[in-house]
Amino acid sequence: MIEILVSLFLLIGAGFALIGSLGLARWPDFFMRLHGPTKATTLGVGGMLIASSLHFSHRLDGISLHEVLITLFLFVTAPVSAHLLAKAALHLRVRSVSSLPEATDGTGR
Amino acid sequence: MLTVAVSIAMAMLVAALLLSLWRLLRGPAITDRILALDTLYIDTIALLVLFGIGQDTPLYFEAALLIALMGFISTVALCKYLLRGDIIE
Repeated sequence: MIEILVSLFLLIGAGFALIGSLGLARWPDFFMRLHGPTKATTLGVGGMLIASSLHFSHRLDGISLHEVLITLFLFVTAPVSAHLLAKAALHLRVRSVSSLPEATDGTGR
Repeated sequence: MLTVAVSIAMAMLVAALLLSLWRLLRGPAITDRILALDTLYIDTIALLVLFGIGQDTPLYFEAALLIALMGFISTVALCKYLLRGDIIE
């Protein structure tokens, strides 16, 4: 029973990682490509770590919770790195399919 | 059951790594290459966790945690360099 659940979570995680990288390879411009790998981070690695936690809770004595450390760290850092990448791309004026938003002067207008 | 699932998941992750590697080599912008490196380290974490399950040992967990820390710091450093021309001002 646990084995089926672990296999299911493994396949879900690997599927999301594959879809994220497929998006990275196939989409036409950088701002679209940024979308794929962030999903691979949260859902792909998240599924893997749920599977690992279930598996080692089943195999070893006690509950195995140290996987939560990686999940928590990745959930905190993934938006930060995506934000910094988008900021760097806007700064470098990377080619985009749609036009970039107008630059504001910082007063909110 | 579990060994088959681990093999299939490993093949999917290797395909994901190859697609990211293709984007890393092709570019075109420098931010695309940084994003590809970011994806590569994320996929490596998943691959290490998967390998730990396959070998039935929790030993690879520490390596995965270290890669997560170093990968985030390297992405932030590269972006900071592109934005400001310097990493620590």
